[in-house]
Amino acid sequence: MFKSVRGRLIVILALLGMSVGYLVNNSITLGLDLQGGMHLVLEIDDPEGTMTAEARSDAIDRAERILRTRIDEFGVAEPIVQKIGSDRIVVELPGNQDEERAKNVIQQSAFLEFKLVVPVTELEPALGRIDRQIVAALGVDALREMGRDVEGPSQDLQDLIFTSPEADSAQTGDETSSDEQAVEAEPEVNLRPFTALLASGDVPGSYLVAVEDVESAMTFLALPEVRIAMPRDISLHWETAPIGLGARTYRRLYVTEEDAFMTGEQLEEAVAQRDPQFNQAQVSFQLNRAGGRRFSQFTTQHVGDNIAIVLDDEIVSAPVVRDRIGATGVIEMGNADIAEAADLALVLRAGALPAKLRIMEERTVGPSLGQDSIDRGKIAGIIGMVGVVTVMILYYKMAGLLAVMALGVYSMLVLGGLAAIGAALSLPGMAGLVLSVGMAVDANVLIFERIREELLLGRATRTAVDEGFAHALSAIVDANITTLITALILFQFGTGPVQGFALTLSIGIVASFFSALFVTRTFFLMYLSGKKASDPISI
Amino acid sequence: MRLFNQANYPFIEWRHKAYVVSVAVIVTGIAAMLFNVTSLGTWQNYGVDFTGGSLIQVQFSQPATAAQLRAALGGAQSPPITRFGQDNEFVVRASLGAEEVDVVRTQIEDQLVAAFGSSAFEVVRTETVGPKIGAELQQRAALAILFSFALTLVYLALRFEFRFGLAAVIATFHDIMITLGFLALFRVEIALPTVAAVLTIVGYSLNDTIVVFDRIRENLNAKGGRREDPVSLVDRSINGTLPRTVLTSGTTLAVLMALLIVGGAVIRDFTLVLILGVTVGTYSSIFVAAPALLEIQKRFGDGSARRERKEKRAASPA
Repeated sequence: MFKSVRGRLIVILALLGMSVGYLVNNSITLGLDLQGGMHLVLEIDDPEGTMTAEARSDAIDRAERILRTRIDEFGVAEPIVQKIGSDRIVVELPGNQDEERAKNVIQQSAFLEFKLVVPVTELEPALGRIDRQIVAALGVDALREMGRDVEGPSQDLQDLIFTSPEADSAQTGDETSSDEQAVEAEPEVNLRPFTALLASGDVPGSYLVAVEDVESAMTFLALPEVRIAMPRDISLHWETAPIGLGARTYRRLYVTEEDAFMTGEQLEEAVAQRDPQFNQAQVSFQLNRAGGRRFSQFTTQHVGDNIAIVLDDEIVSAPVVRDRIGATGVIEMGNADIAEAADLALVLRAGALPAKLRIMEERTVGPSLGQDSIDRGKIAGIIGMVGVVTVMILYYKMAGLLAVMALGVYSMLVLGGLAAIGAALSLPGMAGLVLSVGMAVDANVLIFERIREELLLGRATRTAVDEGFAHALSAIVDANITTLITALILFQFGTGPVQGFALTLSIGIVASFFSALFVTRTFFLMYLSGKKASDPISI
Repeated sequence: MRLFNQANYPFIEWRHKAYVVSVAVIVTGIAAMLFNVTSLGTWQNYGVDFTGGSLIQVQFSQPATAAQLRAALGGAQSPPITRFGQDNEFVVRASLGAEEVDVVRTQIEDQLVAAFGSSAFEVVRTETVGPKIGAELQQRAALAILFSFALTLVYLALRFEFRFGLAAVIATFHDIMITLGFLALFRVEIALPTVAAVLTIVGYSLNDTIVVFDRIRENLNAKGGRREDPVSLVDRSINGTLPRTVLTSGTTLAVLMALLIVGGAVIRDFTLVLILGVTVGTYSSIFVAAPALLEIQKRFGDGSARRERKEKRAASPA
């Protein structure tokens, strides 16, 4: 069927039809550098390198699914969430984004736990031990450098401390002897770097820590020695929002059971809303059946106690159980605005990330810059096109016109191919297109020059055309294949923009190959069909 | 109309002059790279894509000067600031000290807001690349160039003869050296698109070389081709393809010039590298690739001796 002009035309028309079909259905998406947007590369955060390759790969798979759900609900048109290699995720959000909000939705682990708040007396026996461990671990000098009051608790705070030093030593009687020995060697060992920061809480099961002291307290609690010194079955959690009491601002530090009695896995639905009474943002949630049963059972046993709602290790709120609670509950968000509540509801619905994600790469392009690039690209493209068309027609006359028509077919095929693959057209991608247009023109030039040479040798028109195509073939094939090799290697080793370039170049090469050798040939056959073998042609 | 119709230039005779030009240009480039090593610390002006770091592009609504920006960003300790395109657009680059990738960027933005107010400028582009990703990119770019070299050599050795492949790789290497020298001399920032541009040059230069080589191969395989004086055969082949070379390079350069003039600052570096590459690629296929082919032949023969031995061995009864 490729022998007859009609068969060739059918092939060309069929391919053109397919291209138009793809263009209509998929349309070509523009890369972020052209339409503006945000590009993030994320990796599992594993600073200690404790995860096995398998665990990482599994975690990244789950993270990808969860991120996709979150971002779909975040309400961005045509987002991309894609796993790259074995341990990375690329997230692309087109358009103008609120960067901070987007990053928060992406990076928040959203690990939700419900824990019982226990009385601070559960922690007190360990406080002395914790203080000693801190002094031992950091040394008095380091503590002084931190600006910590190593001379002992100041007087006004002393009054606020829940336990007196006497009660402390009485409860840890067995350790007093070693304490006394230490006092002889190191008189400052009785200092209380951590306890000095604690003021008695306004809510049962909590301490208050002045905001300026929070950082030091966090440093102390993060020490491995302190973690060991903590009583078993107990953990400490900060409340996220600070509170103002009198002239000072504090953060609450809650004492809770270590094990959560329920986690966000049992969550079925979460919706942001406004508290009708105080008009404050909140997230109401619904548990699945098993979770609801557990929740109502647990709350029945703990009426009057506080339950801490822990999100990523921090307490969002710790309400008192007034009555048995069934399958629904509410997370109070204090002064947060409704958008924050909506984001929290969203990440809770999508589920917790299996591990922390770290941003490795971040790029944003404002929409105005992208638009500017498109406009300039268009102008440059038009000027280039007009230039090429003019030169071809002036230089090769009728044959040049045929080549220009073939280039028209080529353009449609490339655009259709891009739409079919669903690749986004980026700035380097446009450069790849320009290069492949150049190669398409070059192929035509090679053929026409060859035909002219054959004509100069005195061959008949038809023979000259056939010889021209035949002799130009090897150069076109070799040139296209070597470029294709380069493009494929670029695709393999490149990332993002370079891959875009390689992809459009590859599509362009295939299309240019087809357009020069098949389409131009077909048009030439049509042009020659009415002529005798010896009639002159316009080339 | 036909440009360079029936041209008959003694290109091979001119090759010694071309060698001098090539060597001079390449040596200048290498000198620039060495100078960069002593003054910049690296042989090329690597951008944040490779070194890791932050880049912020800001556009002011009123004309501003780099000095004003520098003052706002800590005077002498200010990160490097460069003007980008128009008068009121600037790029600030900062290396990453902190662990979290966006800390530095936020700092710079805050300092700018403090100095100019948040309505005076707009952040039109930001890039932040962690050092790990940057190091990987360097490695990947080097691998890409190496692999494309190797595969091209294999392909050309299969399609032509080994000496053709070798000559083509020498010419391409020549082009890459000149391009890298140019990048080092003008301290063009090496970003991802620049790598793409360099690889495009590899493709274009090969394309051009192959067209000439294709004609040499054809003339060699024609009747009496192997008996013809190699120099006159190569000259005849170059002259035969000259109309095509001039027309194609000319058109490509014209399109690239259009891109350079109206394409804007974003793709200016990319286009500049391509213009240089097309010029050098065209030059090298005539004055480097073809002479290299002859030099290889002069030293190692054209393979005909081996071919004859082989034929003799096949013909003689075992």
